[in-house]
Amino acid sequence: MAKSATLTQLVSAHDHAEGPADALLTLVEYGDYQCPYCGAAYPVVKRLQKTLDMKLRFVFRNFPLTQAHPHALIAAEAAEAAALQGKFWDMHDLLFEQQAFLKPDIIPLWAERIGLDLKKFGNDIEQGFAEKRIKEDRQSGIRSGVNGTPTFFINGTRYDGSPDYGSLLAALESELALLST
Amino acid sequence: MTTKPRTAVVTGASEEVGSILHNNEEDPMISLKPGVQAPDFCLSATPDQKVSLSDFRGQPVVLVFYPADWSPVCSDQLGLYNELKPEFSEFEAQIIGISVDGVWCHLAFSQNRKLHFPLLADFEPKGAVARQYGVYREKEGESERALFVIDPEGVIRWSYVSPVGINPGADGILKALESMARGEKAVSIRN
Repeated sequence: MAKSATLTQLVSAHDHAEGPADALLTLVEYGDYQCPYCGAAYPVVKRLQKTLDMKLRFVFRNFPLTQAHPHALIAAEAAEAAALQGKFWDMHDLLFEQQAFLKPDIIPLWAERIGLDLKKFGNDIEQGFAEKRIKEDRQSGIRSGVNGTPTFFINGTRYDGSPDYGSLLAALESELALLST
Repeated sequence: MTTKPRTAVVTGASEEVGSILHNNEEDPMISLKPGVQAPDFCLSATPDQKVSLSDFRGQPVVLVFYPADWSPVCSDQLGLYNELKPEFSEFEAQIIGISVDGVWCHLAFSQNRKLHFPLLADFEPKGAVARQYGVYREKEGESERALFVIDPEGVIRWSYVSPVGINPGADGILKALESMARGEKAVSIRN
């Protein structure tokens, strides 16, 4: 297998993860909520989760391209603030599903929609608690060889193929096959 | 996009061989190696401004050779380095992009992507600087995707040629800059 970059920050309980902690496959995505390619990857990941079910653990980490995408940071902060109230995935999913409408004004409405305590939500963002995680993800991403968004890592190795469903599935199944030999 | 292997002996799947070759940190046949004085050059950065490598003597320089402007992704290699400018600034490193595109193309691309570092036009003679660094692809008429980290005295301390289809990211660059900052004689990067 071709040598590619590897995750410097291993997946831990600290991460936002969907799927079993002991799943054979862990797919990590470093993403940007305003990036159209991440928007396109969102349904692909959902499909992969459906197909691979218990075999797959999906982890999302932040890599907002703040220069290219002016709303990427506030979106990431919204998701991390939602995480502080136990609703990370609700906000993550909403951000990607409604990506076309992303702008700062709409975020409080979305926070309300998923049932967050708005005062705490606003405060956590203002106090920089949400941003802390984003900075950590950025650093781990840089060190791990994140080279754009989305950047995927399959069981710790950066995936350099095409981000379409077929290619990702093939790579994941290939890794499964390797593990069983 | 598969890259052709560059040696005569080809065994196994070409993609595998290609990646074995390109995952060497430098291609010994072609690109300039660490320890060599980086060739000076003078190229246009804008329609009325020229930039020389020697302008930056006294600070580290990261030379980013890349094939062409206007790759179709928002988060391409240059976009990434633009995003990471704060990290590079910690080392007072100057990033410079070089491709064979002309100055007007660079100007439009830079404005579109809001780039905060110069793009130099290796335009006339075409690819001359890329050739000096051993990273010109004759057949395609574009430079390789190649990185050179140059120290404040103008010596290449790290270089890497990436397969053209793969964005090498920034971790190698940062490791090289850190190694230099620690005063290490031989810059070592372990992937």
